[in-house]
Amino acid sequence: MKYTDDHEWLRAEGDEIIVGITKHASEQLGDVVFIELPEEGREVEAGEEIVVIESVKAASDITAPVAGVITSVNRDLADNPGNVNEDPMVAWFFRIKPTEDGVLDGFMDEAAYNDLVG
Amino acid sequence: MAEELRRTGLHDLHVAKGARMVPFAGWEMPVQYPMGVMGEHLHTRSHAGLFDVSHMGQVLVFPKDGKLETAALALESLIPANVLGLTEGRQRYGLFTNDRGGILDDLMFANRGDHYFLVVNAACAEQDIAHLHTLADVDIRPVTDRGLVALQGLEAAAVLTRLVPGVAEMRFMDSRSFDWNGSELWISRSGYTGEDGFEISVPNDRLIAFAEDLLTHPEVAPIGLGARDSLRLEAGMPLYGHDMDQMVTPAEAALGWSIQKIRRTGGARAGGFPGAERILTELADGPAVTRRGLRPEGRAPIREAVTIFAGESGGEPIAQVTSGGFGPSVGGPVAMAMIDPSIPDGTTLYAELRGKRLPVTVTTLPFITPSYKR
Repeated sequence: MKYTDDHEWLRAEGDEIIVGITKHASEQLGDVVFIELPEEGREVEAGEEIVVIESVKAASDITAPVAGVITSVNRDLADNPGNVNEDPMVAWFFRIKPTEDGVLDGFMDEAAYNDLVG
Repeated sequence: MAEELRRTGLHDLHVAKGARMVPFAGWEMPVQYPMGVMGEHLHTRSHAGLFDVSHMGQVLVFPKDGKLETAALALESLIPANVLGLTEGRQRYGLFTNDRGGILDDLMFANRGDHYFLVVNAACAEQDIAHLHTLADVDIRPVTDRGLVALQGLEAAAVLTRLVPGVAEMRFMDSRSFDWNGSELWISRSGYTGEDGFEISVPNDRLIAFAEDLLTHPEVAPIGLGARDSLRLEAGMPLYGHDMDQMVTPAEAALGWSIQKIRRTGGARAGGFPGAERILTELADGPAVTRRGLRPEGRAPIREAVTIFAGESGGEPIAQVTSGGFGPSVGGPVAMAMIDPSIPDGTTLYAELRGKRLPVTVTTLPFITPSYKR
């Protein structure tokens, strides 16, 4: 498992990366009430805002951690956005197939991430 | 430049309860507790929520000549409401207006026998007090030695009765003094959540003890500003600085009901307040736009400043959302906007969100059925 400084978790599976948000992020967001997911098959750039998360308080974005193609999205989340609060490490948002190999190496491991959120 | 934030008498209690503190109108206030905004909102409606509203301004207005009528008429020169007709022990909602007919602030005022007790918004308190000081015949005494809490919700009366016997006999908008262990509480049966409840002015040195006493009852949970906002939004209540401000008139804010007949054209004490000409004309003829409810389809919250269009594509904007968000009791998004009053309820309009137009239905306010004890 790797982490971005935008509080996303990244899990490699085959040649894809599964993306969700951390417990820390879900706590900061508060109760999530709506999620807008990207279209499958969309080509995205690293840093592109591709998911909108609306909590009772505000709207925020999730960005694509790497450049690639969105291979699937978690449609269940659109119907049950509260799952992000209940189990953020399980409630994934999308799978992305990176354009380049080895892109995960540049991200934080769990210890580094825990240091970040202290 | 960062301004030193003021703290209420309950600051340490908020922190001890795990509140997330945020700057709000010059104060450091709890936005939510570990329960979260959604949980706090639902808890308030089904049980009872304790809100710290000590940041709001409390002001006493005494007549210099000792005659309450003098103070009533002085206040009527600033507030388009029937102050003189308010009987002792009763409270009313009112507005300060400006010469253009806009709203300077909204407030509660209570007749306490020989004086009036006003509660005004935190962000406007300084301005309101300066405004009140322009009155010649009254003494203005800002209350600095008291905090203010609100206990709101289905079980608020049952809980408060245990501490202060007698409150259950109060009707909506009654305002009375009670003794609590030797301290004088000023209690009104009112609030800003759409629920039955009370606002309680407590001497500062007893504020924490009183709040802690309430919180020992299992029905009561501390509630932050986040849920306070979603509760008032569902209740269709306008918020100063959002749904009304100095450019918005009472009729536009759908607050014409706060201007009683006696102050309107043809009434015995018609006019005589700032902006009267425009305000009264608009009340008689109807405003061009007025605050209405919007129910967005789907789950995406439509928030403040989102633009509203008549059609699914093209056309000029017809309105902007003044406040909006997710309504936990409604189970979906709710919003308010200034809409042409001739557009019928049930009409579909479109909110432009992140470049997409989403259908919203014009609806009557409030979004929930209030449970006041009238």
